[in-house]
Amino acid sequence: MLGKSIIGMKNFSVEEIRLVLNAARKMKQIIKRGGDKKLSNLRGKAIVNLFYEPSTRTRTSFELAGKYLGADVVSINSGTSSIVKGESLRDTLKTIEAMGVDAIVMRHKAEGAADYATQVVKPMIINAGDGAHAHPSQALLDLFTIEQHKGRLAGLKVAIVGDILHSRVARSDVYAMTKMGMEVHLAGPKTLLPRFFKFDGVKVHEDIEHAITGADVINVLRIQLERQQAGLFPSTREYARAFGINNERLRLAAEDVLILHPGPQNKGLEISSEVTYCERSAIQEQVQNGVAVRMALLDLTLNGGVK
Amino acid sequence: MNNQTWQIRRMESNISEVFLIRNGRVIDPANNFDDVADILIVDGKIAAVKPEISFSADYEYDATGKIVTPGLIDMHVHLREPGQEAKEDFLSGSKAAAAGGFTTVATMPNTSPVVDNAALVRAMVKRAEEVGIVNVKIIGAVTKNQQGQELAEMRDMITAGAVAFSDDGHFDDNAKIFMNALDYLHDTGKVIICHEEETSLVKGGVMNEGERSAILGLKGRPTVAEDIAVARDVLLAEYTGGRVHIAHISSARAVDIVRYAKKRGVKVTAEVTPQHLTMTEDLVNPADTSTKINPPLRTQKDCDAMLEGLLDGTIDMIVTDHSPHAPEEKDREYIYAPSGFPGLETSVGILFTELYHKGKIDLKTLISKMTAAPAQIFGLNAGNLSIDMPADITIIDPELTWTVDAKNFYTKGSHSPFIGRELKGRAVATIVRGNLMKLNQW
Repeated sequence: MLGKSIIGMKNFSVEEIRLVLNAARKMKQIIKRGGDKKLSNLRGKAIVNLFYEPSTRTRTSFELAGKYLGADVVSINSGTSSIVKGESLRDTLKTIEAMGVDAIVMRHKAEGAADYATQVVKPMIINAGDGAHAHPSQALLDLFTIEQHKGRLAGLKVAIVGDILHSRVARSDVYAMTKMGMEVHLAGPKTLLPRFFKFDGVKVHEDIEHAITGADVINVLRIQLERQQAGLFPSTREYARAFGINNERLRLAAEDVLILHPGPQNKGLEISSEVTYCERSAIQEQVQNGVAVRMALLDLTLNGGVK
Repeated sequence: MNNQTWQIRRMESNISEVFLIRNGRVIDPANNFDDVADILIVDGKIAAVKPEISFSADYEYDATGKIVTPGLIDMHVHLREPGQEAKEDFLSGSKAAAAGGFTTVATMPNTSPVVDNAALVRAMVKRAEEVGIVNVKIIGAVTKNQQGQELAEMRDMITAGAVAFSDDGHFDDNAKIFMNALDYLHDTGKVIICHEEETSLVKGGVMNEGERSAILGLKGRPTVAEDIAVARDVLLAEYTGGRVHIAHISSARAVDIVRYAKKRGVKVTAEVTPQHLTMTEDLVNPADTSTKINPPLRTQKDCDAMLEGLLDGTIDMIVTDHSPHAPEEKDREYIYAPSGFPGLETSVGILFTELYHKGKIDLKTLISKMTAAPAQIFGLNAGNLSIDMPADITIIDPELTWTVDAKNFYTKGSHSPFIGRELKGRAVATIVRGNLMKLNQW
């Protein structure tokens, strides 16, 4: 995977996914061992985090991942850079390239922005989320978390519930999970489902119950409050009642169901507090796994993962 | 402009000029003529169309093996004047038109400022005459500043030379204002050209709502937005007796609605673009803005319906919707890039390659949709080769194979989904009022 830009799960082979998951396992041990976490795998490499959208966990975990591996990491926030002066994406990318960086980790509101960046500059591009299109490192950390708990991926039934329409996580999960032989069910109110969604191995439901019945994994997506103002659902109260994941609904799922959420959560809306904090929830663990998976990605793409 | 020769020979010259086009296959749908013949042009007018004319000419053009047609007409282009000259201007747009075989184009008023009054129409008519490469017709706005609130001074604009009216670029949501426009223009016979996408349904949308948008996560512009708009406007045309022309139709259902309306005798006409006839949403790549247009590229089912509508007469004519933008405007994120791409220089090539050479349309029908039909609908003194008509003529080499390369564009527009395509068929000479505008030196 040396030199490969990471744009979406669509262009990942099963072997490459395996490679990342195996590497992430080792990285997780390094994070967990405590003491000195700093490796020298990426010493002398420079990584820029270019974030056009607010982010806590993705940006911080990419930053820490790079630093744990010994790279120099700089984060650029769109609010405090030339971007506010109206600099085009092309020029911003060219400017960063001119400073000699090896990789650009990019979060952008526009679908296709990361792929566009690969046409504009030579440094490797890692897509940290482009609009509703793709968020490959999230999908990889979802797979990693599931496999850590279930010991396998193939044959598992996964329900992804909530705002599928606007979700890059759902789209990347669909590619990643179907490639690994999982059965994927998408569910939410029809206003938050993409119309005409067709994908081999994926079923779309207009109610939560059908999707989560017997599910081994439930990935609960964030509901943005702006969606209510846009008229996509009438109230948070009704959403929580009709579509939220709570203890009562959870009884439909497999007994050992694993609960995921990409964060940040709206508790009491898409997910209830008791579900977030129950022992079947791996939401907190996903954050740590996020660092491990991003270390694996950076090491494999910038270093070949040989050391 | 590399090694091109622009021959602008002034018609006011005292010496009578005689131009003879030899031995081409002349297709003149308006006169139901399709035969090998010569065309004699004297002082910028058609003097004779018949085989083997013996006449001493100042210039002769050997059109053996080529197709000779009335000058092509494109009633939907954006030449971007006034105010948006970084995208296109009358000079670059006129050269693009001539290079593509068009002798008459009509430019849309969604400029900066909007062409919504007689003074601007007069200025644009004058500007067109100064540039003088092809005939540039001016379309005025229906409402002031195209805002859909108050009617623009359309009668003054007619006096100043406006050939039609349009708030192209968006749909007029206010049905009452649109109905008033139809009533107000009723006795003038002028046509309103309608951009048909219901606003609330396409807000924020950048491509067709379909399987492709669903997986890409790009916001969609559903066909039903077009269908609703077309349905409303044909109903209002029927109710008022006004004349509605559906711009760049793209949805199969909308074609059905127009077909039904025509059966009822509604005064509705429609146009389609080469892209909506031949390209689908499958081409949309969010990292390349060249496919972004409104209405968007649809599905194969819609393309098939466009062709069917074109063949059965539901769709009257073909336009390019030539919509150039400056390179830096298109070279950016898909959702932020403006919609539209240039089409004047690729239209003939695409239509010949994708429709004629594939046996989907006969030449008479194809040429008619680009000459006789628009001239008739918009009352232009063009579109046929009758004696004494202005000698606007296009010569097409149907077998010429070429590759679309942005470097050779005359338009300022840079991004087009047709770039890189190998095409068969091209306009090789464009004659405007008897002046050969371009020699074949590709």
